[in-house]
Amino acid sequence: MNKTVNQKAWFLVLPVLVLVAFSAVIPLMTVVNYSVQDTFGNNVFFPAGLEWFRDTLQSDRMWASLGRQIMFSAIILAIEVPLGIFVALNMPKKGAWVSVCLVLMSLPLLIPWNVVGTIWQIFGRVDIGLFGYLMAQLGIDYNYTQDALDAWFTLVIMDVWHWTSLVALLAYAGLQSIPDAYYQAAKIDQASRWKVFRYIELPKMQGVLLIAILLRFMDSFMIYTEPFVVTGGGPGSATNFLSIDLVKVALGQMDLGPAAAYSIMYFLVVLLISWVFYTVMTNIDKRGGA
Amino acid sequence: MAKITLSGLAHSYLPAPKSDEDFALKELNHVWDDGQAYALLGSSGCGKSTLLNIISGLLIPSQGRVLFNDRDVTEAPTAERNIAQVFQFPVVYDTMTVRQNLAFPLQNRGANAKYVAERVNQIAQMIGMEAELDRKARGLTADAKQKISLGRGMVREDVNALLFDEPLTVIDPHMKWQLRTQLKELHHEFGHTMIYVTHDQTEALTFADKVVVMSEGRVVQIGTPQDLFERPEHTFVGYFIGSPGMNLIPADVRGSRAIVAGSEVALGRSYGEPDGKVELGVRPEFVRFAPEGEGLSARIKRVEDVGRHKIVRLEFGEHDINAVMSEEEDLPSGSAFIRFDPVGINIYSNDWRVQPQGGQVQ
Repeated sequence: MNKTVNQKAWFLVLPVLVLVAFSAVIPLMTVVNYSVQDTFGNNVFFPAGLEWFRDTLQSDRMWASLGRQIMFSAIILAIEVPLGIFVALNMPKKGAWVSVCLVLMSLPLLIPWNVVGTIWQIFGRVDIGLFGYLMAQLGIDYNYTQDALDAWFTLVIMDVWHWTSLVALLAYAGLQSIPDAYYQAAKIDQASRWKVFRYIELPKMQGVLLIAILLRFMDSFMIYTEPFVVTGGGPGSATNFLSIDLVKVALGQMDLGPAAAYSIMYFLVVLLISWVFYTVMTNIDKRGGA
Repeated sequence: MAKITLSGLAHSYLPAPKSDEDFALKELNHVWDDGQAYALLGSSGCGKSTLLNIISGLLIPSQGRVLFNDRDVTEAPTAERNIAQVFQFPVVYDTMTVRQNLAFPLQNRGANAKYVAERVNQIAQMIGMEAELDRKARGLTADAKQKISLGRGMVREDVNALLFDEPLTVIDPHMKWQLRTQLKELHHEFGHTMIYVTHDQTEALTFADKVVVMSEGRVVQIGTPQDLFERPEHTFVGYFIGSPGMNLIPADVRGSRAIVAGSEVALGRSYGEPDGKVELGVRPEFVRFAPEGEGLSARIKRVEDVGRHKIVRLEFGEHDINAVMSEEEDLPSGSAFIRFDPVGINIYSNDWRVQPQGGQVQ
């Protein structure tokens, strides 16, 4: 077949190029631009080479934040994924309760991040918050503004409350797509409840769980608003996650160069981990099909 | 292996069924003899899958009882009934290999490893999947998956009954024939009670010792393929089975004579004076051409040659009639005279067959 040569076709790609340029490339390049320059103000810049990258990589503060961040994401995934699956398995399959459940579960997802933060900030307060007050009445020494463990506990509970629904809803969608015949066949084969889960439900949910894990990982790894509102990174720097730390560098200290280098590395780490996740999980799929 | 008794069985999907219409399965009494192969034949939505699910225990009937041998299992869960079922669409455990899939029902029942391995190899040979035994089930084609489902259904030797719910829908035509033959051989070998649900008459007639024809939630006839062909008990059986189906012509029946479209037809036997909607049914195979001037006057509209025989589409009064003629038969063109072979005539009153009274009448 002869292909018609028509260079005008490039114009069709142009809108996408422009869109991508404005949404991603140009903002990213400004950050790259900052990351290799230094300034003493007055909008005068000097080339700084890779100094800021070197500095950031040698900063203990950054490594500590990264450690906390990884820890936080790991805890979030370890709780939300199994809990979400558990909730999905126990949701009604049909009837009027389905819509009730779906609406109730969607509610936390619809609340803006800073509102969630405010809700828990107040909820956990020992003086006026329901949760904090209750803990105090029970004689439990709970104070998220003073105690690092309590602060972590509050942030984790808050995230679980906010986002487990997402995993549950995705898992539920996966479960709903399993034809009844599979369950019937399992009954006939005398498969135990565990085997039904292991060999029917889990494989059928694999696709949506991959999406759920990716979304939850990225979101929790980049979390900013809620811990900022609840703890502001404290007490001390106990909940100083990467993005909170980054904002402190960029806006608190106005260190534009180091902050830019920090941002780029942060971005690359998120990209890298997401890519690894995706590759590993799709490979599991392929190996099965081989 | 078991004899399955259905007694006063009926099912409605509605919580409080009032009229007959509300029942997906209307009252039914029947005994499935041990070791027989049955086919449940009917069009979609006739209640055949409902009946199958009641037998397998996936559905609890609203009325009546199900007995395996003499044990009442109406309310017993599927796992207790020790049956095997193959579904319309392949059900395989994706993450397991073919071997693990086949072994699964045996392992769940705690069979010993040596026996499982032997039996799995035997079944794999039967379904022709020995080469794929160690492959994951996920990547296989639909018909390979369905073969695994069939294999999993047959892997247990001690099942009370083997139930098939239109299992060959997704299988290639040539493979269909092969698998059906294998199922039949298997039946001869092991003598399981088999119930095979299908809407394909060829499948039903070639597979089963006895065919159960269902229509609108009712069992209209249970019989051998020959019974269904020669003496359909209901007009539905008449036109559902056969290709083309039975010709049904409104008739006025008086004893051993009938008036159809203004002409008189000898019936060979006496039917009294049936009332209601009376029809004369005759299969295309029993329509013959008569010498000029004798019999019924008709007009040939079209002749279809299907290779083995010719199907002649005729216009008789205001009715359409089909006739099946051998390849050698010389066909008149245009107008023709036809007669009905009395052996093949059945009389229906309100869709049900009227029993002839007494013997042959000249």
